Amino acid sequence: MLFFSYFKDLVGREVTVELKNDLAIRGTLHSVDQYLNIKLENTRVVDQDKYPHMLSVRNCFIRGSVVRYVQLPPEGVDVELLHDATRREARGG
Amino acid sequence: MSDGPGLESLVDQTISVITNDGRNIVGILKGFDQATNIILDESHERVYSTKEGVQQLVLGLYIIRGDNISVVGELDEDLDSNLDLKNLRAHPLKPVIH
Repeated sequence: MLFFSYFKDLVGREVTVELKNDLAIRGTLHSVDQYLNIKLENTRVVDQDKYPHMLSVRNCFIRGSVVRYVQLPPEGVDVELLHDATRREARGG
Repeated sequence: MSDGPGLESLVDQTISVITNDGRNIVGILKGFDQATNIILDESHERVYSTKEGVQQLVLGLYIIRGDNISVVGELDEDLDSNLDLKNLRAHPLKPVIH
């Protein structure tokens, strides 16, 4: 639940999602669900010359199970808040 | 693509699916469920290669199991009609390695 809440707070930010097939997609985070499926708007593939497979896609749904990394904007990370939240979760509450 | 998460907003729209084995299937989204299983109508596969332009294979009505889906993209018809698929060359996408 922690990461679900965390990603919900990042809605509206610009993120880069790197998939397990090496494709990296940049776009505005539109929504996240319980499986950490991600919807991005205004997307573009990071290396369009190598990966022209999504040239006519501007909005997409990415299945949570194929996400390798989500690159976040530095200002989107509140380290103190995350520290507290992970400790709280580790204590079981 | 408004609404919350899920694929509701894409129903009856043309979508481009990238599967875990690196295939690209384009069709009209007719249905989906919790596990991202999807039903595609009037679908075709776009086969990318470096030797020749993009080949389009007609598939028809297709159901794709959610486990095998990487990305579901909303196909922008204007952008798509401006693509010169016959002269577009690229390596096929790599399969997903978990």
